[in-house]
Amino acid sequence: MSDASHSGETAEHLVAMANDIADYFRPQGREEAIAGIANHIKRYWTVRMRQKLNAYLARGQGGDLDELPRAAVDRLNQQPL
Amino acid sequence: MQSIAEKDLGTPARQSAKMVSLTIDDREVVVPEGTSVMRAAALAGVSIPKLCATDQLEAFGSCRLCLVQITGMKGMPASCTTPVAEGMKVTTESKALADVRRGVMELYISDHPLDCLTCPANGHCELQDMAGVVGLREVRYGYDGANHLKEEKDTSNPYFTFDPSKCIVCSRCVRACDEQQGTLALTIQARGFDSKVSASQDDSFMDSECVSCGACVQACPTATLSENSLIDKGQAEHSVITTCAYCGVGCSFRAEMRGEEVVRMVPNKDGHANHGHSCVKGRFAIGYATHPDRIVKPMIRAKITDPWREVSWEEAIRYAAGELKRIQAKYGRDSIGGITSSRCTNEETYLVQKLVRAGFGNNNVDTCARVCHSPTGYGLKNTIGESAGTQAFDSVMKADVIMVIGANPTDGHPVFASQMKRRLRQGAHLIVADPRRIDLVHTPHIQADYHLALRPGTNVALINSIAHVVVAEGLVKEDYVRERCEWDSFEKWRALVGDPKYSPEAMESVTGVPAAAVRGAARLYATAGNGAIYYGLGVTEHSQGSTMVMGIANLAMATGNLGREGVGVNPLRGQNNVQGSCDMGSFPHEFTAYRHVADDAVRHSFEAAWGVTLRADPGLRIPNMFEAALDGEFKGLYIEGEDIGQSDPNTQHVTAALTSMECIIVQDLFLNETAKFAHVFLPGSTFLEKDGTFINAERRCSRVRRVMKPKNGYADWEITQLLSNAVGFPMNYRHASEIMDEIARLTPTMTNISFDLLDRLGSVQWPCNTAHPEGTPTMHVGTFVRGKGKFLLTEYVPTREKVNARYPLILTTGRILTQYNVGAQTRRTPNTVWHDEDRLEIHPTDAEDRGIKEGDWCGIASRAGESVLRARVTDRVQPGVVYTTFHFPESGANVITTENSDWATNCPEYKVTAVQVTRVSQPSEWQRRFREFTKTQEELVNPDVFVK
Ligand code: SF4
Ligand code: SF4
Ligand code: SF4
Ligand code: FES
Repeated sequence: MSDASHSGETAEHLVAMANDIADYFRPQGREEAIAGIANHIKRYWTVRMRQKLNAYLARGQGGDLDELPRAAVDRLNQQPL
Repeated sequence: MQSIAEKDLGTPARQSAKMVSLTIDDREVVVPEGTSVMRAAALAGVSIPKLCATDQLEAFGSCRLCLVQITGMKGMPASCTTPVAEGMKVTTESKALADVRRGVMELYISDHPLDCLTCPANGHCELQDMAGVVGLREVRYGYDGANHLKEEKDTSNPYFTFDPSKCIVCSRCVRACDEQQGTLALTIQARGFDSKVSASQDDSFMDSECVSCGACVQACPTATLSENSLIDKGQAEHSVITTCAYCGVGCSFRAEMRGEEVVRMVPNKDGHANHGHSCVKGRFAIGYATHPDRIVKPMIRAKITDPWREVSWEEAIRYAAGELKRIQAKYGRDSIGGITSSRCTNEETYLVQKLVRAGFGNNNVDTCARVCHSPTGYGLKNTIGESAGTQAFDSVMKADVIMVIGANPTDGHPVFASQMKRRLRQGAHLIVADPRRIDLVHTPHIQADYHLALRPGTNVALINSIAHVVVAEGLVKEDYVRERCEWDSFEKWRALVGDPKYSPEAMESVTGVPAAAVRGAARLYATAGNGAIYYGLGVTEHSQGSTMVMGIANLAMATGNLGREGVGVNPLRGQNNVQGSCDMGSFPHEFTAYRHVADDAVRHSFEAAWGVTLRADPGLRIPNMFEAALDGEFKGLYIEGEDIGQSDPNTQHVTAALTSMECIIVQDLFLNETAKFAHVFLPGSTFLEKDGTFINAERRCSRVRRVMKPKNGYADWEITQLLSNAVGFPMNYRHASEIMDEIARLTPTMTNISFDLLDRLGSVQWPCNTAHPEGTPTMHVGTFVRGKGKFLLTEYVPTREKVNARYPLILTTGRILTQYNVGAQTRRTPNTVWHDEDRLEIHPTDAEDRGIKEGDWCGIASRAGESVLRARVTDRVQPGVVYTTFHFPESGANVITTENSDWATNCPEYKVTAVQVTRVSQPSEWQRRFREFTKTQEELVNPDVFVK
């Protein structure tokens, strides 16, 4: 399997997916939304997709990721995989 | 001709709490009030002669053959039209009756060709039977008078023939078309001797409004209307009950057989979903099973540019398993996966997900419901607690107002549409929310109260504005909501949809629907009594598909329209087994009955049953598989019964992903679009060749029964089992019933389901368990499955797919009656006489702006790709919107669609693509490449592999 840090050419779609998820949860208020987004990603994304998005963000890319899903991704990263 | 296996009780059953007792020829009989004397007699074992009556249709009283004598009544009343009365005394046989009946029959027979021995209905002709029953021995008028014996046959319909010389003008066909089908294509023209059956304005059947449902053919007591297959093959000698393998209505049929050959498919009167009705697909379009394109021999090749090599089953399976293991060794455990299909039985789908989870050791399994109804599962689970429709189809007969959203039942779910139309003709109200003027909006004797012709992509705006009216005008059923729903979730929802920004007036510029119509529709739905919502892919296949499903559930809860007959939220499932394939745990994150893989107790139950450790993290969804393939991480795929190469959006993206893989195993009937990129082809079996079950849109589990040996050698579940054993995960089921037994053991909503139960009851609707031993027609009675119903917030978020100067029109997609899904089956039947290509519907104004006329070739370009279709200029679509079906691969409808998808489930946004349309003179570049590629691929197949 290729190293997560070397793939990134298609991580834009993960950013778009995370933003779409956030758009749904946003009206629930910040705290609930962050929890909702984090839970959604945890339930439906593969671990590999999460790693890829993280690697992408770690490289300073992913500027298109909105603040709300970014906070949710941070929250997820504090939990065990 | 009726089924050879069914008994006809003469008139339809009546429901009544009040029972009536009477005597018929000295036999006591007790029947519900309203029953006819004829039916009561039949129930008592007394057959009264009849010709114009049949229990599928209301009595008509025209033939006068069913006369009886009733004590205290004058004359000889017709038993079919006379209702029973308490204490009635009926005599069905006497000299006087016999004389009249013989006289009636004599008249019929004198104008009937006497070629019984060579007639297709011989032995099952009701006229012939009645001649015998009344003891007709001679015809005093002779056969030389004026008659109809030289009338010409109408052979225009590919499936049945109309031979008017045999017609007795009983009007059963006319009534079948009116009452059962609701198309009203037939009439009896003229009177007396000149009267005759006529299709539309004396057209041929083909040129008339006839939709070829076959109801008239089944109703005809003589051979006047006969199936061509019956004429060609002769009568069946046995029949087997099975389930249609096309749409989500799941009609029950009797396959009438001569040995291993199907003579005809006759809808089963006892079928719980269809009550003896059918559509052109299930009734007639089964010829694909023996179409010369069908492949019945396994094949392998190393590269997709190599010729296919025909191999033994053993070698094909060994090669496939070897490749899967090689790929996993090289690229990791997660580098392979499987895709199953709603066209598979439950047992097949269950085995595929079991193979992936237990045999491949990952959760990379998905099903084609990903691209159709995955939002239904998500939206309904989270609001009311179960990923399924709430009602039985029959519930529609108690609805007072029917709201159809983003569905086209007369094309997509024809038999249910006939039932819905019957209810509408009885006076139920109708609201249609659809960008396009579907047939239901205005059909014989039906006119929608409101057609909300919204702009594609604005569903959530519309549902919120309907909800706004309900909230703002005090139409919420507050008692219901307080008792049955989470009140605080309701309050939050009320605040959201109550916001002035969602008023119909404010939303009008977004949805394009006049505010007054939205207000009227909202009031009607909320106040007309039982409100029932039926929806289809026009709801789910959007970037906000799941949000819209929630919006529908919210609205139904707020108006108290859930939890009893006549109401509900009803997803109309496209394919036969969409519900079942989802129920079977074929989504990457859940086991059977929608239980998440991370749920330890659930996972342990499967681990214990399967004897392996299972993964607790979700696997790849289909679109993520493509992304992973393009990233070089996903290399092997086992696909059963699904054609992702045609049905998934952005074809060029999909084919790029497929091309990057090392082993694609396709199990199918035909060399479909995906198979052109495959390395292993495992020939599949048809629904006629295997045992199993399907679960239809109303959660109804019905049997599929094998009526002939598989032409490819194996039922599909057996092939999966062979592959599983070869990859090292042993399976040894001896019969499909054993798979269902395992499903039942591991699935709390299905613990009581077994082949034995289905044989006994015909079908059952899950939940079917200790609490509901014979199933559950209506769900959420008294309380929601999740406990309290939860209102979810449904903010409208416009799709990313926006029109602009470059792409100023919105393309939306749909389907047509005679073709099914990607068309692999129906394109290989005479159904193509109705629809032999996909066309682009375009509004006259948009057409004129572009100089496009009916039938012109138009180029359709989106940011994903380009294709070319012929134009159909029609005001069915609104200005700014174009529409096409997707039944023919060369149309490339999905070359144009984009990979935008539902935020929650990644169900593609097929219904909204910004496009430009121009007049062109040649096929698109993609189509030229497609044709070349198809030709090359077809040349790589050895002709010996096709069915003989
Ligand atoms: S076509 Fe058949 S059903 Fe119709 S009127 Fe003639 S005999 Fe009766
Ligand atoms: S086939 Fe169906 S639609 Fe056509 S005339 Fe007969 S009943 Fe009517
Ligand atoms: S309505 Fe659907 S299930 Fe019924 S016969 Fe037609 S295609 Fe088959
Ligand atoms: S069967 Fe009763 S009148 Fe024809």
